[in-house]
Amino acid sequence: MNSPKIKFLIGGLLILVAVAYLIISSTKASAEYFMTVDEIKAQQSTIVNQNIRVSGAVIGDTITYDPKTLTLKFTVAHVSGDNAEIEKEGGLAAVLHTAVIDPQRNKLEVIYVGVKPDLMRNEAQAIMTGHLDSEGIFHADELLLKCPTKYEDAVPQQSQG
Amino acid sequence: MVEDFGYGVLILSFILAIYAIGSAVYGYVHRSQKWVESSRLAMQLTFPILTLSVISLIYLLVNDQYHVAFVYEVTSRSMPMYLKITSLWGGQSGSLVFWAWLMAAFSTAVSLRKWDRDREFLPWVVVVTSLTMAFFVGLVIFYENPFLQYWKSFSGDVISAMFQPAGSAFFAPTDGRGLNPLLRHPGMVIHPPMLYLGFVSFVIPFAFAIAALVTGRTDDRWIRITRRWTIIAWTFLSLGLVLGGRWAYDVLGWGGYWGWDPVEISAFMPWLTGTAFLHSVMIQEKRGMLKYWNMLLIILTYALVIFGTFLTRSGVLSSVHAFAQSAIGPAFFIFIGITFVTSVALLIYRWADLKAESQMTSMLSREALFLLNNLLFMSILVVCFWGVIFPLISELVTGQKITVGPPFYKNATGPLFAALVLLMGIAPLSAWGHSTLKTLGQAMWKPLIASLVVMVIIFFGFDIRQPYALIGFFVIFTSAFITIYEFWRAARARSRAQKENILLALWRLAGRNRRRYGGYIIHLAIVCMSLGIIGIEMFQTQTQGTIAQGQSLQLDGYTVTYKDLAVFDTNDNRNVARAVLTVSKNGQFLTELYPRRDYYYESQQPMTIPGVRSTMADDLYVILVDWQPILSSGATFKIYHNPLVNWLWLGSIILIFGSIVAGWPDKEVEIVPARVRRNQIAGSAVGQQVD
Repeated sequence: MNSPKIKFLIGGLLILVAVAYLIISSTKASAEYFMTVDEIKAQQSTIVNQNIRVSGAVIGDTITYDPKTLTLKFTVAHVSGDNAEIEKEGGLAAVLHTAVIDPQRNKLEVIYVGVKPDLMRNEAQAIMTGHLDSEGIFHADELLLKCPTKYEDAVPQQSQG
Repeated sequence: MVEDFGYGVLILSFILAIYAIGSAVYGYVHRSQKWVESSRLAMQLTFPILTLSVISLIYLLVNDQYHVAFVYEVTSRSMPMYLKITSLWGGQSGSLVFWAWLMAAFSTAVSLRKWDRDREFLPWVVVVTSLTMAFFVGLVIFYENPFLQYWKSFSGDVISAMFQPAGSAFFAPTDGRGLNPLLRHPGMVIHPPMLYLGFVSFVIPFAFAIAALVTGRTDDRWIRITRRWTIIAWTFLSLGLVLGGRWAYDVLGWGGYWGWDPVEISAFMPWLTGTAFLHSVMIQEKRGMLKYWNMLLIILTYALVIFGTFLTRSGVLSSVHAFAQSAIGPAFFIFIGITFVTSVALLIYRWADLKAESQMTSMLSREALFLLNNLLFMSILVVCFWGVIFPLISELVTGQKITVGPPFYKNATGPLFAALVLLMGIAPLSAWGHSTLKTLGQAMWKPLIASLVVMVIIFFGFDIRQPYALIGFFVIFTSAFITIYEFWRAARARSRAQKENILLALWRLAGRNRRRYGGYIIHLAIVCMSLGIIGIEMFQTQTQGTIAQGQSLQLDGYTVTYKDLAVFDTNDNRNVARAVLTVSKNGQFLTELYPRRDYYYESQQPMTIPGVRSTMADDLYVILVDWQPILSSGATFKIYHNPLVNWLWLGSIILIFGSIVAGWPDKEVEIVPARVRRNQIAGSAVGQQVD
């Protein structure tokens, strides 16, 4: 092998190592665990301060909001994270409804500092990213809400005909 | 009936495309020009025929024919005419028709060229383009038909079907659901067609690549023919991406333009491979190297284009979940799988013919730096791909679904983009074959000093201390100054030699080597865009709060005061809440802003329209989040301060200009045999030759 070839090989390897390092370190730094409320409750002690993404059914009576400090507190009940399972149980709206009225479900207290979203209401699905503190309270950095019943009229209503 | 006609001509175009494929292959195998000619005509005929189908669909859309399911889903009576027309691509099935139509238009356009010197490519170009078109038309015919009508069955259920089911009655809703209000924005009206134009035009270079592989004519002819198509494809794709970003910035109300979600990334990935391809073909043209690599890049680009169409289509309107339920998902994956495996098999079959004609010797040669550019683009592609598939991998390996969010992409691609921008400045200075640090240094030291001066100003004058931002600015200014200096050096040399005015010299210089100087202009555009991206990514600040009438919020020296708010209904079925705010800085009144919240009654969907004060230095971006009917009890605002973000949009305009310069058609002044030219280049110091 002549010397330019070796130089190119070394150069290529260096790039490869650099890219691999970038990918691995960034993956570690920004990995977000998809968990359900049940899973969080089961592993509570080991996942403190990890990035977690969790979804749950909002329980309407628990919503409190202080517009002065923009602090929003509410509790969510466990729902399955598996879309197929949700479909099987009659769709998202039905699953959320059962979750909210079921007293046996695992529940998670959430604190979010920010503007209260319009869709924050009973039986909405809250999709949150944030971390769990040592008290077991979830601090959400990001809060997304879905209200499934609204968008489900794929076929026009009878009355329009 | 119009819908039956529209569907009928779709089937006709499908049959024609299949015939074109068959007769092209037959003509090639039996060396019969007659059959090849017939295939070309059949392919050309698909264009007017698909045009009829598109016209039928548009006719249904603009005439409120709500008995057609697609029309019901994407339009409503209150929508203006232009939105009714453009809602052709507002839903999945319509956009597939549109895609197929563009494919027919482009393949017809390319088939009209003079084929004298490359007759053998023709049948295979017909095969690849017709196959791609047939795939999309087939999807429409068999799975996603926009011409389905509503029927009311005996039991009272409403179903959609092409033909009247037995025992059912005609059914027409009085009004449609209307296009998703989020999509009623000029940026969104032209964003999908731009993206599609980019996607579809990349099929043309791919078709020629496959033709080259099948026929064994693996010199750089296919690259030279498709050079302009590649530039066009790249420009449209770039514009599509930028327009999507602009739309997000104007409409989505989160103060950003790019969120690294899988849909965006899927449109971005073909851009990455396409950009790499655009650069590496030059190495093949000039040095006869990287032949497999170019083939692989265009094959990959094609696969990513089809994949991108698949994912972007499932974007805002229908969820990924709903998409997976239809048969369209598996159809896409099977098509991508078959075309990819076949292409790679062809590539391996021709491996021996694609040997490099020369060797890379110097680390600082132009070809080595271009190779580095390619590796960086591919690295970014790998990062994106890894980010998209990581949840699947982690679920398979650990059983735990783990995702990576925007921070992953930012951390991992940031250094790679910075390296690319720096390389973009340096690489054009290097010579083909061989350069030394000395020659590079001679061309670089003046711009380098200028950018160091700017860095001192940024460091002390603007008090910026974040190391990553400083590195970013250094890279951007170095690259910009080198490129500008190159323009100036070449123009001055010409103006001295030819005794021309310097501007005239610059004009003539660019005119004589459009691809080179168009490329430099695009490089400057990328520099401007990078400046905007650094501004918003690293220096964005935000605040939010609920304030009563007369009260203010402060952010970065700006004072935003809440003056008034009005809530009213409009005649196009919206409820609008519109706030009036004043912006001032250091006690000086600057402007009024009117952030709005529109609520669409039909779709029960709110839409947030920010109030933005935009200058080249920064944007002040205000969102009305919430309000009380009584003004004294207040309204909630969120305010973003986005420094430099306008450079992103300015850069995209410069990019269009550069692309026009680079892609402007000129007379084909060949034919110097490739080898002779290569020897000439090896003799000249810097690749300044006319091409």
